[in-house]
Amino acid sequence: MKRFADLLELLALTPSRTRKIDALAQYFTEVPDPDRGLALAVLTGEMDIRNVKPALLRETVLREVDETLFAMSYDYVGDLGETIALIWPHHGEGELPKLSEVVAILNRTSKAELPRVIGDMLTQAAIHERWALIKLATGALRVGVSARLAKTALAEMSGVELQAIEEVWHGIKPPYLELFEWLEGKAGRPDIDHTARFHPLMLSTPIEDADFGKLDPKDFSAEWKWDGIRVQLVLGRDGASMFSRTGDDIAASFPDVVEAAMGHAVLDGELLVGADFDARSFNDLQQRLNRKVAQGKQMAELPAFVRVYDMLFDGDADIRTLSWQQRRARLEAWFARNPQTRMDVSEILPFADWEDLARLRRMGADEHGHEGVMLKLRTSPYVPGRPKGYWFKWKRDPNVVDAVLMYAQRGHGKRSSFYSDYTFGVWKGNEIVPIGKAYFGFTDEELKQLDRWIRAHTVSAFGPVREVKKELVFEVAFDSAQKSARHKSGVALRFPRINRIRWDKPAQEAARIEDMDAFVG
Amino acid sequence: MNKPILNRDLYVPSIDAWIDPNTPKPRAIITHGHADHARSGHGAVLATPETVAIMKVRYGEDCAGTFQPLPLGERLVMDNAVVSLHPAGHILGSAQVLIEAEGQRAVVTGDYKRLPDRTSEAFEPVDCDILVTEATFGLPVFQHPKPQLEIARLLKSVADQPERAHLVGSYALGKAQRVIALLRDAGWDKPIYLHGAMIRLCELYQELGVDLGELIPATGMPKAAMAGQIVIAPASAIRDRWSRRFPDPVVCQASGWMSIKQRARQALVELPLVISDHCDWGELNTSIIDSGASTVWVTHGREDALVYWCRQQGLDAEPLALPGLDDDGGEGGE
Repeated sequence: MKRFADLLELLALTPSRTRKIDALAQYFTEVPDPDRGLALAVLTGEMDIRNVKPALLRETVLREVDETLFAMSYDYVGDLGETIALIWPHHGEGELPKLSEVVAILNRTSKAELPRVIGDMLTQAAIHERWALIKLATGALRVGVSARLAKTALAEMSGVELQAIEEVWHGIKPPYLELFEWLEGKAGRPDIDHTARFHPLMLSTPIEDADFGKLDPKDFSAEWKWDGIRVQLVLGRDGASMFSRTGDDIAASFPDVVEAAMGHAVLDGELLVGADFDARSFNDLQQRLNRKVAQGKQMAELPAFVRVYDMLFDGDADIRTLSWQQRRARLEAWFARNPQTRMDVSEILPFADWEDLARLRRMGADEHGHEGVMLKLRTSPYVPGRPKGYWFKWKRDPNVVDAVLMYAQRGHGKRSSFYSDYTFGVWKGNEIVPIGKAYFGFTDEELKQLDRWIRAHTVSAFGPVREVKKELVFEVAFDSAQKSARHKSGVALRFPRINRIRWDKPAQEAARIEDMDAFVG
Repeated sequence: MNKPILNRDLYVPSIDAWIDPNTPKPRAIITHGHADHARSGHGAVLATPETVAIMKVRYGEDCAGTFQPLPLGERLVMDNAVVSLHPAGHILGSAQVLIEAEGQRAVVTGDYKRLPDRTSEAFEPVDCDILVTEATFGLPVFQHPKPQLEIARLLKSVADQPERAHLVGSYALGKAQRVIALLRDAGWDKPIYLHGAMIRLCELYQELGVDLGELIPATGMPKAAMAGQIVIAPASAIRDRWSRRFPDPVVCQASGWMSIKQRARQALVELPLVISDHCDWGELNTSIIDSGASTVWVTHGREDALVYWCRQQGLDAEPLALPGLDDDGGEGGE
């Protein structure tokens, strides 16, 4: 358990992604089964210790600590797990058993006995082990590590591609013995049922102006680029599941889609919300995404559906090596056989040449707010990852606004001594109201210049944040703007990035809040 | 109880003097040299000889009208009261103030700690009727570990990552010297590098007989030479441009606050070292009981919890809101 606690502490405190990956890889290499597999389960959110809930931990502590003092402490520390780790008043000798033993104890102990057993463990543990124990027991990790980062570390330690790991991930269970055997070259790839697992997605590359001359429009099919989130629907014999682009199972948030799905296939498409297949804004979808478990009211107001554009498995048949053209035909035939209420097929946009498509793209953006168009090579197989030359995205031109720098914050890691994180705003009457925040996107030289400017123009500082004189203009590019009750300006930008620093432009000439109305879809 | 012999603003009428006043006063008794307790501009200052020396180094020879050094344990008999200073264990020269008057004994602890520390006289409990105690770490979540264990973590990190420089954020007076002494006692005999703000106070400690070993200014060293070295600097310098001169620095911070991981993360501290110059919760409890006081006034920090605890013990307790005392991560509060 000590080793696991050390790992969690390092992950929580080190700002460097590389160092986190190294620490994870080292842990997975050195720690034996089944402990390493259980640690992996904890880090990827797959560990579930049924009976240990925050209320039970609280009860455990209140047997030993005055309730008022506990409440004052919790108020001050702000995190239940950490408060308990710090406040536990007994310190014993000895060490906690190893991770797998701790998990086994927690799982086999009856609910009535748990407070005593957990209390004994807290007494035995060093403070950072207590913290790790509580994180383990509640599953609320918050150490700045995503499931993807943990898998990246597995890829790094073994030389196996991340994609290949993601492909088997949903067919295997803790403590992942067969996974580690495979990664260490002692056994073949785990054999799993495709209908229960996620298949890494095929991604597109942005098209460049120079590409058009080299590509023949007749070789390509075009569709709208939908503004939702990419999903994979896995419709198996034993039920349906839905995964996000990174392989997270999001079925619980969208039972309306998953339960309505008919047939047997693995499909690739865009998750959208709206009644009668009329897609609403990303903002509306966001409200559903924010819920781990769907709520009835939301499902009624914002029904979800999937706009399908590709097929990986037709029944049990893996059709990924077929051409896009053939897969599309199989997809349309499958839809004809399996009528759906929460899925439709993404329409094909007929076009004569690139100019014609450019016109369509502009029209789609202006009239329907489409993000752009997708181009797919008719002969392309379905290749996971981001293969060159098969799928292109042709986004509409970004929106641009001149905004005024308001606050600057220090970055993390290497950038922790530079002000590299900026909040900017536009005029509303005589004041400037924030519309967004973006990280540094300049050259090192510009960053230094900007850092100097910020230090010389600070009007106040609070913690790591500096408020600066409202004098410097940034040209900010963004994909779209939405109304937002959370922002003082009432507007939030999607994917803002700083195009250039307008040293030349007086702040008075920056945009006004009224100018933003034009962008709000 | 009779009317207390000191007021709630820590004014003592019988000798017409304030203890640790935050604005200039004609007569002040100063518990220790941290800026939220020792300010410049008083008329007459009574303090330990070490605190007087610290004040002169920090604020200049003429930072008070007159200085009256009073060694620890000596009784200064005045017309209506006796004043004496007793070790507080917080930093070099730190003292608790005992006032005896009208048959009452009142103690103002200033800042204090009870863990052994060779850079400061060891804390001594003083019997009293009224105890004015600090409460910087006045919550039961604060249970400071042995500082030797924290130093061992630092040295392990240095050994594990010899290509990086370890920058230990420490307050310039007290904490810096204590961290250095702990490193020396743990066997670290290489030179220790100092930010400019540390140098004069470290020299003063050494002049006053605290051995800190070889100390070298950190600025002006070639970057590569700093790999594997330990640098002591104010936290603010470490998070700023100053730290760019070191190879891939590990940001460390020595403070009692570092026990709370969220605080360490917010401060971008990679290696938090829980080394405090204040009592933790248990030590505060013990000190209150040891003093035998029936009245406890609680000042800077988390007064509420300690007042609540005192009342549970049947003591008469109240929070004192004193202006200007820095209770949260500033200099007096670490």
